[in-house]
Amino acid sequence: MSLLTISGLALAVPSAGEWRTLVEEVDLTIGAGEAVGLVGESGSGKSMTARAVLGLTPPGARVSGSIVFDGAEVTSLGAKELRALRARRIGMIFQDPRAHINPVRSVGDFLTEAMVANLGLPAREAAARAVRLLAEVGIGDGARRLRQYPHELSGGLLQRVMIASVLALEPDLILADEPTTALDVTTQSEVMAILDELRRERGMAMLLITHDLELAAATCDRLAVMYAGRIVEAREAGSLTAAPLHPYTSGLLLSRPRLEETVHRLLVIPGRPVAAFEADPGCAFAPRCAHALAACGEARPVFDGTVACTRSAELTLQGES
Amino acid sequence: MSRLGGLGTAAAALLAVVAVTTLAAPLLAPYDPDFPDLLSALAGSSSSHPLGADALGRDVLSRLMYGARTTLLGPALVICVSSVVGTALAITAAWAGGRVDAVISRVLDVLFAVPGIVFALITVAVLGPGIPGVVAGLAVAYTPYVARVVRSAALRERSLPYVAAAWVQGRSAFAICVRHLLPNLRPIIVAQSVSALGFAVIDVAAISFLGLGVQPPAADWGLMVKSGFDSAMRGQPLEAISAGVLIALVVASVSVLGDRLGRTV
Amino acid sequence: MSFLLKRLAGLAVVLLVASFLVYGLLYLVPGGPMAFLLGNRSGTPEQVAAIRAQYRLDDPFLLRYLSWLGDALTGDFGSSLVYRQEVAALIGSRVATTVLLVGYATVLISAGGIAMGLLAGLRGGRLDTAIGVLSSLFLATPPFVVGVLLAIVFSVGLGWFPVFGPGEGLLDRLYHLTLPAITLSLASAAFLARITRASVREELNREHVETARARGFGERHIVRRHVLRNASIPVVTVTGLNIAGLIAGSVVVENIFALDGLGSLFVRAILQRDFAIVQAVVLVLVTAFVLINLLVDLCYSALDPRLSR
Ligand SMILES: Nc1ncnc2c1ncn2[C@@H]1O[C@H](COP(=O)(O)OP(=O)(O)OP(=O)(O)O)[C@@H](O)[C@H]1O
Ligand SMILES: [Mg+2]
Repeated sequence: MSLLTISGLALAVPSAGEWRTLVEEVDLTIGAGEAVGLVGESGSGKSMTARAVLGLTPPGARVSGSIVFDGAEVTSLGAKELRALRARRIGMIFQDPRAHINPVRSVGDFLTEAMVANLGLPAREAAARAVRLLAEVGIGDGARRLRQYPHELSGGLLQRVMIASVLALEPDLILADEPTTALDVTTQSEVMAILDELRRERGMAMLLITHDLELAAATCDRLAVMYAGRIVEAREAGSLTAAPLHPYTSGLLLSRPRLEETVHRLLVIPGRPVAAFEADPGCAFAPRCAHALAACGEARPVFDGTVACTRSAELTLQGES
Repeated sequence: MSRLGGLGTAAAALLAVVAVTTLAAPLLAPYDPDFPDLLSALAGSSSSHPLGADALGRDVLSRLMYGARTTLLGPALVICVSSVVGTALAITAAWAGGRVDAVISRVLDVLFAVPGIVFALITVAVLGPGIPGVVAGLAVAYTPYVARVVRSAALRERSLPYVAAAWVQGRSAFAICVRHLLPNLRPIIVAQSVSALGFAVIDVAAISFLGLGVQPPAADWGLMVKSGFDSAMRGQPLEAISAGVLIALVVASVSVLGDRLGRTV
Repeated sequence: MSFLLKRLAGLAVVLLVASFLVYGLLYLVPGGPMAFLLGNRSGTPEQVAAIRAQYRLDDPFLLRYLSWLGDALTGDFGSSLVYRQEVAALIGSRVATTVLLVGYATVLISAGGIAMGLLAGLRGGRLDTAIGVLSSLFLATPPFVVGVLLAIVFSVGLGWFPVFGPGEGLLDRLYHLTLPAITLSLASAAFLARITRASVREELNREHVETARARGFGERHIVRRHVLRNASIPVVTVTGLNIAGLIAGSVVVENIFALDGLGSLFVRAILQRDFAIVQAVVLVLVTAFVLINLLVDLCYSALDPRLSR
């Protein structure tokens, strides 16, 4: 049995007197210790999906479908059980550590707060453990760091602090929402490597949210590609990148500059991404798709667990070269 | 009117009624505001004196109608002077930048720390009790409020391309400030001035209440609260209550209006 | 530390300029200082000579200013023409009432205003609306109107509180100061409630609060450890500015309730053109304002680690 099973998840928020669908018909599973990448352009509903797993949906949101974590249905949990789930079982790493860590509390406060409140550790022990964790994420001189305030640390260091704070609670699943997007390019890969290595050692599962298909493919066992609030393709990472089945996946793969070759022309997907509530009745990607037929604009293709494209069988798409 | 919303429209209507009433007071008021009818001194509400009469037997309603003149004149002057001076200082500071800006800002910060009423009391001490002293002091005290807001708006505005374009076309700094900057800043200046007007009404009325502003026997709301307080001690609170409530209503309307104008900027 | 020194130096400069202006004002009076000092009184030649001597009107301006400043620094503000008493003694005997009044009002404001703001910000709904309406009402009503209305209702009407006078002994004094303190505090409490509500709301929507939620902390824990602490920064600033406003407001309130504080002394001195008192009170007030501002800044940087040096 898998650790997390999302099926038929839909999420809508009230806006100007009507419901705006942000996420629709999302199916996703993560096994224990497995890393799954959730990839898509901005506004496709990746963060919303991750938040729904923790019950952190916007106020007034309507959630339907099912989210089963370790045998328990998350959407019907009471406030107390939901808190217990967040406290011990699922950890979340946010994109911008500078905004997501309280600026007026010290790094030590941030790290030990959850150990004291959720694990009942004595403050002294929690501090000692925080220093060890900082060392593991590559921050030496932990005792001094604990006394510092967030503004005294660089973004990269702060994101390591955030990672340490999640590892401290030994959760079964880590939701990492673009953990490296806010960092500069040189620290991105370091932070990603630390996160992946430490979670592997501890056998924690991870949902990695990113724009970067290549990064996700390098880190994750399986990938799910999201477009306009829906999963359009979900497969084992290697085969998805080698032979994508959905034109959007192919587009994402081709639009990435490669370092090792001279690129003469960078392919881009024409048009702009749409949110779920803006999508036309047919395939949401059809207006931007090079392979779209008239029929694509009429009926919405069904996601069969692998891909959501009516033409996937007939097309041969270009993957990673 | 729709951009003012329901409450804003009501506030504007109330202020309009006050303005019309006070302008047409000679036509509308049932009595001469200064006529002492000693027989009805401290009279309660009756058909002849709807809001009673004061300690000298003057009709309270008539005095309220006339009283808006002195009550609102002082604050209006304060706001005019402080808005003009504040805007000029703010634009100068924003345009010149550097040391000029630093000096102006620093001085304004210090003025900011001293409450308006204290300034007014100092100028009254020098010039003697009366509206001129009060207006002089409050105008100085209110200048930083306008200047702060306008300065930051002017700094924003200054960095916009149209200013650079005018500059490149060889317009003088003065011409750019007056022709381009000022019209664009106008909504902010107006909103800020209206908001400040509410506070000015409170301050001027308070100083008149202390006996240092408008002088008796003029009909003035602040003074009426004062004389009405004495009447209340003698059992007739109508004058103090009606004058006090009227001041509060006007201040509330002005601040609602300022708030709505500020929001639409 | 150097920050504190810098601030203290700035404070000294402000006070120096203020003292110069206060002293110089006397010479701006139409008719010059002599006309002013004599005021409505017609001076006999002896009186005129006495005033000339006391104010050293025959010395050059700067010299006079410096000697006045030197005296003022040692606490000697000259003597009052009306009371025929040392100004310092006059002020000293009245400062306690004002300090007590302002202190009392500060307690009321901090307790009432912050509590109302927290309730409105954290609970929301009907309570929020009610507190919003009430605070608009209090903000629009000038303190002197509030004072007069309170006195009419609770002293003249219901007889619960004395109208006038300062009372004897601490408890009786506090009892006498209750209506004045409420008068002084309503508008500021309303303002503080608004600021508190706004900053609590803002803080509740911050990303770091979302992190705290995602970490499974209870709502109480989040409010206590993350919302209140962060929201206290603007609240402290506004409280400080409010106290400066209270000192000015006490001038009005003392006059309504006939309290013998600094404010009523000030107003009487202005009416009687007793300039030595005016100068001294203004200096005392400006010093108080500047000191309060400094204190607020210090609290501010203590509360916000990003500002501490
Ligand atoms: N609190 C909210 N209320 C209403 N709509 C929201 C809210 N938060 C996000 N949205 C909308 O939901 C859609 C999906 O947002 P989501 O944050 O899940 O996107 P994302 O895939 O994570 O994008 P990004 O890469 O920019 O983080 C977007 O169109 C966004 O505008
Ligand atoms: Mg996101």
